[in-house]
Amino acid sequence: MGIQGLERIVMEHPFFAGLDEGLRALVSGCASNARFEPDQYLLREGEPADQFYLLRQGRVALGIRAPARGELVFQTVAEGDVVGVSWLIPPYRWASDARALDVVHAIAIDAACLRRKCEEDHDFGYAMMQCFLPTLIQRLHAARLQILDVYGTPA
Amino acid sequence: MVPRVVRVSRRAPDAPQVWTLELETEAPELDAFAPGQFNMLTVFGVGEVPISVSGNPAAPERLAHTIRAVGPVSTALVGLKPGDPLGLRGPFGRGWPMDAAEGRDLVIVAGGLGLAPLRPVLYQVVAQRARFGRLVLLYGTRSPDDILFRSEIEGWRSRLDLDIDITVDHASPSWRGHVGVVTKLIAGAAFDMSRTVAFVCGPEVMMRFAVAALRDAGVADGAIHLSMERNMKCAVGFCGHCQLGPAFVCRDGPVFRYDQVRDLFGVKEL
Repeated sequence: MGIQGLERIVMEHPFFAGLDEGLRALVSGCASNARFEPDQYLLREGEPADQFYLLRQGRVALGIRAPARGELVFQTVAEGDVVGVSWLIPPYRWASDARALDVVHAIAIDAACLRRKCEEDHDFGYAMMQCFLPTLIQRLHAARLQILDVYGTPA
Repeated sequence: MVPRVVRVSRRAPDAPQVWTLELETEAPELDAFAPGQFNMLTVFGVGEVPISVSGNPAAPERLAHTIRAVGPVSTALVGLKPGDPLGLRGPFGRGWPMDAAEGRDLVIVAGGLGLAPLRPVLYQVVAQRARFGRLVLLYGTRSPDDILFRSEIEGWRSRLDLDIDITVDHASPSWRGHVGVVTKLIAGAAFDMSRTVAFVCGPEVMMRFAVAALRDAGVADGAIHLSMERNMKCAVGFCGHCQLGPAFVCRDGPVFRYDQVRDLFGVKEL
């Protein structure tokens, strides 16, 4: 896929919809195309957070492995979502696994490249925070509701 | 106020601690109900509880109630066998406004056992499909094992004129469906807000966030309907146990239009 094609895809991805065109071009400079087969891992817990993904097609299961219990899936994400947020904060390691449930087409973003650009251009860095914070807050709220086990037997 | 004696005709498990009892009565002409209504069921010598009717309104002779064993009465209810007697009063309450949904798209958001009072809606819409627009069912529950009415949902899913999405709070690797809160499905569901009516039932925490997501998606307050639950005792608007602000859930509900209860939602004393 040519650079222009990739730039267009990043421009059109809903995750960066509110971002200024010039800033989206900065993101696409760190982007490449990616594809995963079902059950292939996009990232693994504990590994360096080098690359995160903008999903274009297919679903991904986010989970944590537990002894004798296998993989415990706590969320699925799909087209329009982002996989991988721990690239934002030290120690830049993934906190969970991300496994493709279907054939997944994604835009891979070089996290080290993007972190460098955020350091060089703080306006860009602030814009990145504005893109990621809503996702983080939504996932925090969802996690709280799931922990509360609202569907469980009332006390 | 006096229960009539009916008998269990069928008992089937639905999920862990959840059973559906079908009742046979000697006066089937009294069994007709509207989707969303409830009956008061008595286990003699134990007590009486309100249970939503979960069966097909077009087949009231199979008067179904889906019950989770929580307290002594519900535990005794799910322990009844075919042929066992129990008491029945009802049906009571204001049900789902099916007339308001006619000719419009209908989004049903159900959480956990909240799918039970909505199942009669699904039966009615499927039976009278041409009278309604798009039908979208968004169902959230604890885990795949807790999915209610699984074979029926699979059957409805195979239809081309229904959209059904299910999500669970947690799952093992063998589950290939959605994992996460049901409110996330609302944002992803494609429906025309201007012609949508929403029916919501589930734990009140879930309903609060589901309503917020529906409103964010552009559904009007007057087009959102909720089934509220409070501690109902008399079921006829006398005792006041189920009072929700100025309303009695047993008599004025359990289904309310959201704009009628919007200001009460945030009052924690209620």
